[in-house]
Amino acid sequence: MMLNDYLILSTILFCIGLIGVIRRKNLLMLFFASEIMLNAVNVGLAAVSKFHGDLSGQMFAFFIIAVAASEVAIGLGLLILAYKRKNSLSLDNLQSMGG
Amino acid sequence: MMEVIAFYLFAFLTIAMFATTVLTNNALYALSSLAAGMIFISAFYFMLDAEFLGVVQIVVYTGAVMALYAFGMMFFDTIADVKEDIKHPKLVFLLSGGIALLVVVIFTAPIISGNIIAEHPMSPEYGNNVKDVGLVLFTKYLVPFELAAVMLLVAMIGGIILAGKKMDVSITQLSEEEIDKLSSNSEMTKDKK
Repeated sequence: MMLNDYLILSTILFCIGLIGVIRRKNLLMLFFASEIMLNAVNVGLAAVSKFHGDLSGQMFAFFIIAVAASEVAIGLGLLILAYKRKNSLSLDNLQSMGG
Repeated sequence: MMEVIAFYLFAFLTIAMFATTVLTNNALYALSSLAAGMIFISAFYFMLDAEFLGVVQIVVYTGAVMALYAFGMMFFDTIADVKEDIKHPKLVFLLSGGIALLVVVIFTAPIISGNIIAEHPMSPEYGNNVKDVGLVLFTKYLVPFELAAVMLLVAMIGGIILAGKKMDVSITQLSEEEIDKLSSNSEMTKDKK
């Protein structure tokens, strides 16, 4: 398989995640969609890393995984707080400033 | 030949799983299909000779992140369908137009990127991906690695404070006076001891 095949797959996965971010109104689903986007980018980085013979792509993938893990830890804490306050996770209910 | 079959099989499976995640209205289906998609993603890493990355993907994403989501979902109402109302259909059309443009740009970008060469290739070639990764990670990327460690520590503490401390009262929801009262109470009990 060539580099282009992996990059096209990465694009398709990224667009699935993007559609999720745009279409979803639920905060938990938005988190899932952002995980999909991070994974799509990781596939692209690993592919470039192999076909250019440079390990830096894999290193960036590792750091992206670390960022995703800490994002989930903080984000879930915030989600639990938001759910305790508003009793829902919908984006429409989070609006607290009238303007 | 085998690699082509594996690539298309796993590409189909991954896209199907992630599309289920994005399109379903049931949070539990979304979670489990996302976990399955993460496992299938790791197959690509094994195909790309990045074995360590594939193992990390399985351990961190399907092991840690998905378990954390499953734990977090115990706090939410997951049985009920996720209700969403989309009020501005025109905005959806506009954004899908933007996505189409992005797709065109990304699909044509590989033609340009064919001419790019790696400037300072960092591949020690031990013939073993884990050894190579270890060598590069602890020489060229040592400082980012330690920063990532500090970031994970901060995230862990933040998660514990946000979600776990005083589960019954949740100090982030109290007013300042109530928090002062709580802390002075605990100091008084310390003094008595």
